[in-house]
Amino acid sequence: MRAPGGNVLRLAGPVRAVIQRFAFVLLIAAAFLLMLLGRFDNALVERTRLAVVDAVAPVMDVVSRPVAAANRAADAVGDLANLRSELATAREENRRLLQWQTVARRLEAENAAYRALLDVKTEAAPLFLSARVIADSGAPFVRTVLMNAGHRDGVRAGQAVMNQDGLVGRVAQVGQRSARILLLSDLNSRIPVINGASQQRGVLVGDNTDLPQLVFLPNQAQVSPGDPIVTSGHGGLFPPGLPIGVVGSVRDGIARVQPLVEWHRLEYVRVVRYRLPRLAPAGEEQPVAE
Amino acid sequence: MNAVVDRLAQFGSNAVPGVVTLLLVIIGLVPLGIPQLGLVVPPIALIAVYYWGIYRPDLLPAIAAFAIGLFHDVLSGGALGLYAFIFLVVRAVMASQRRFFLGKPFYVEWWAFMVVGAAAFLTQWVLASLYVGAYVKPGPLAIQALLTITLYPVLTGLMIRLRHAITRI
Repeated sequence: MRAPGGNVLRLAGPVRAVIQRFAFVLLIAAAFLLMLLGRFDNALVERTRLAVVDAVAPVMDVVSRPVAAANRAADAVGDLANLRSELATAREENRRLLQWQTVARRLEAENAAYRALLDVKTEAAPLFLSARVIADSGAPFVRTVLMNAGHRDGVRAGQAVMNQDGLVGRVAQVGQRSARILLLSDLNSRIPVINGASQQRGVLVGDNTDLPQLVFLPNQAQVSPGDPIVTSGHGGLFPPGLPIGVVGSVRDGIARVQPLVEWHRLEYVRVVRYRLPRLAPAGEEQPVAE
Repeated sequence: MNAVVDRLAQFGSNAVPGVVTLLLVIIGLVPLGIPQLGLVVPPIALIAVYYWGIYRPDLLPAIAAFAIGLFHDVLSGGALGLYAFIFLVVRAVMASQRRFFLGKPFYVEWWAFMVVGAAAFLTQWVLASLYVGAYVKPGPLAIQALLTITLYPVLTGLMIRLRHAITRI
């Protein structure tokens, strides 16, 4: 006896195969369409993307914690092993820093006196906001990380991101409770900088290597290995003087900068909330550029 | 009562391939803090897509492979649709060639993964270069490919157990 609906089942096989093939082609087309849309910064795609990242951020936060804890534990063991030599280095460094402190105090007082004499407008002091890195970029051709602070915490696109060593990058996209940081080594990163030794301006251009390039220096610029590179503050959202790194090598006219940040130790970061001293008349609230 | 439990168990075991693949995507994105590794973290989820594509393509349908790949793209900040495409194609190729692998020794599967993995990374390299609009250095991608291929036996060891567990249910 044949089961009822046998004919339907017999038909269903080939029909299913056709549907499956069709679905496959459709999905391939969808993937390419998404690549195109994403390439041209479609607003809807970006919003959807941020919403998904926002929803997953708490999960990534939880998952990344044990790994971070294990890393800290491993570091602690390493520290124990190096305790004696570290202590000697720290003592030596402390001695040197104390001398610097005296110098700095004197310069600070001197500066304040000159400022008072010249009636210099002081710059707005930046506010800091700490956040944790919850995801690496999983693709070798983008250098971005996710952090667990977003719009509701006061993070806005374009703000500078630092850690204890120096500049990390800038906020690229902001969700409600998470944000993506474009690292300064990314292909799309452009940061206005100043050479601390010669006071010449340039732009730090990422190229997906660990050592970003220093370009657009004036002609006959003096660049030599060891020169400190700091943010120049041109462009508005970055405060001037954030440490970035030192010039590592100058070869064939291309200067490369060794960032102070150790990329694999990127766990906590600080977002620098900074506004230029306002140009608009007081009382007119200027929206921060999104 | 028993019927309900059975159905729940069935549903749970049917979800295993998808859930495992999704978990591997998430684990792959956790910052590991190992020097230099951040740049070449292997996309371990590719291993799961390949494996379930051979052994249980019915439980990892094309739409699931696509969705999980897209999820990876969204989280990683890379080209949207890149991994959706790669996972979709790898799953389709493995599902169509699965008869060849069933009953073959493990190293055949592993060798084939080297070929598929290399092809996947080549695709990624070409598409990524087009997407970024610049020449992407293939070095990190090559290391990524090698790491993924090396990790294959480790992860499949786990997935073989899971597969046997869900076939029993």
